[in-house]
Amino acid sequence: MWSDTSQREWAAPSAPAAVAKAVAISSDIPAVQPKAHAMTGFLQIEKLGKAYQNDKPVFADVSFSIDKGEFVCIIGHSGCGKTTILNVLAGLDTASTGHAFMDGREIAGPSLERGVVFQSHALMPWLTVRQNIAFAVKSKWPEWKTPQVNVHVEKHVDMVGLLHAIDKKPSQLSGGMKQRVGIARAFGIRPKMLLLDEPFGALDALTRGTIQDELMTIVRQTQQTVFMITHDVDEAILLSDRILLMSNGNESGGSYVPGGLAEVVVNPLPRERTRAQLHHLPGYYDMRNHIVDFLVSRAKAH
Amino acid sequence: MKTTHLNLRAAMVSLLMFLVFLGAWQLSATAPSVAGAAKAGMTAEEIEYQKMMGKDPGAVKTTGFPPPLEVGKAMLGHLADPFYDKGPNDKGIGIQLAHSLGRVALGFFLAVLVALPVGFMIGMSPLMRKAFDPFIQVLKPISPLAWMPLALYTLKDSEVSGIFVIFICSVWPMLINTAFGVAAVKRDWLNVASTLEVQPLRKAFLVILPAAAPTIVTGMRISMGIAWLVIVAAEMLVGGTGVGYFVWNEWNNLSLVNVIFAVLVIGVVGMLLDLAFAQVQKAVTYVE
Repeated sequence: MWSDTSQREWAAPSAPAAVAKAVAISSDIPAVQPKAHAMTGFLQIEKLGKAYQNDKPVFADVSFSIDKGEFVCIIGHSGCGKTTILNVLAGLDTASTGHAFMDGREIAGPSLERGVVFQSHALMPWLTVRQNIAFAVKSKWPEWKTPQVNVHVEKHVDMVGLLHAIDKKPSQLSGGMKQRVGIARAFGIRPKMLLLDEPFGALDALTRGTIQDELMTIVRQTQQTVFMITHDVDEAILLSDRILLMSNGNESGGSYVPGGLAEVVVNPLPRERTRAQLHHLPGYYDMRNHIVDFLVSRAKAH
Repeated sequence: MKTTHLNLRAAMVSLLMFLVFLGAWQLSATAPSVAGAAKAGMTAEEIEYQKMMGKDPGAVKTTGFPPPLEVGKAMLGHLADPFYDKGPNDKGIGIQLAHSLGRVALGFFLAVLVALPVGFMIGMSPLMRKAFDPFIQVLKPISPLAWMPLALYTLKDSEVSGIFVIFICSVWPMLINTAFGVAAVKRDWLNVASTLEVQPLRKAFLVILPAAAPTIVTGMRISMGIAWLVIVAAEMLVGGTGVGYFVWNEWNNLSLVNVIFAVLVIGVVGMLLDLAFAQVQKAVTYVE
């Protein structure tokens, strides 16, 4: 079963038996995972909730954990609170209820230990690519001298293949290049965890594919722990080890049910996958159908 | 190619308009009045009487308005020796301009010192914005010259009062634009600064200031325009030195030639100031 909490920590990546089993079983799911489990992860979210109106929280009781080196995507319709969760993890927003811990410490504000890639790239337009990344690098290591900063910046710009454009302003770059700079900036501060807020949402399909591949390569190389919001089911299947499915809050029969974590899908596909062969992998279509079905029929009804 | 062509044609039209204007000026300035014709029907005694009354019918009367050539000559004279100083009522235009520019610069600089920090505070804090709002709304529409009596009474110095008037008229556009620019800094950039744990001062100078700079400089440009308008009037009131005093002094001397020259100088200097700020604006503007 996709979301069976008892096996949600890791689906043995390349074992065909596990894939077959996972495909075979249908999905009747408990939405919330057992507590004991949540205490072991590198990142722990406990009973998180956000309410702008007291009686109608947008989402409530969201609990999950992420292990070190794990890539987790979250999918849900607009307004379900994904971005709020990410912002709470980033320290840019606060939850109404619940707590978030990273590395055993409660998240109480923004921190250099968590790098954020924003949907709108959020590069400073008056700075060049080099200066944008150097700004982040100097924030992390204020004691570094300019040559050291430069070497570090160039290394990370090279990592996303933009050395030729390092002294250009963001306005001279295409959307995909800007997003690459955003990724390089986030990696440049060597965060313990990377938070990606729908980073490829505004890109065309071709560019998106290329950058997805790049991101996957970098993440695999650096063993980076990643939490990412996406609307793209294929993107989630390609990149993530686990996919969190969120439902929207809704009014049914006069009573309000808040949104929340409806299901956790463990990705059974082998970790060494590529975009090109993704749709040939056994289990891919079942998983994709399962997620799309969820988004179409169940995401809005809790 | 096409733009140069357009520019060339525009320059031709400008030149044409200028020549038409000069021609009209020349004609109206030199047109004789009708007095000469009246002489014909008068007896010698009548003419004598008219002369005694100061109304010489034989004299060729003009409007008294100087023709362009005369103004041109005076201009060359002034520009040839702009820095002479022959006592309090006779100084070269260069010296007068220097006085005016000095006052404007000082008043404007003081306004920057006040408007930028206060604008930052108002822009960053919704509480301060609401708290300051009534004062700004009431003080902003007051003509800067209306402050003059109060300034003269409290500051007891006409020179300082002139600078104060420049300060008070420059401060509002700068303050309002700074507050607006700071408040309108994109949330994303502030979020980036937060996630990078950037210290408040560093954030103010490296993120908010460059982000708001185009708006702030626009405010400064408006302020400078107003300051240059106001300095002429202020110097007419306060007297002593400056291009405004020069205009008033030459009016008292009934030297319209010099008044016209001063008016032109005020226009050209104002244009140069505005161009300078346009350059600054260009330097701080960014493309998103």
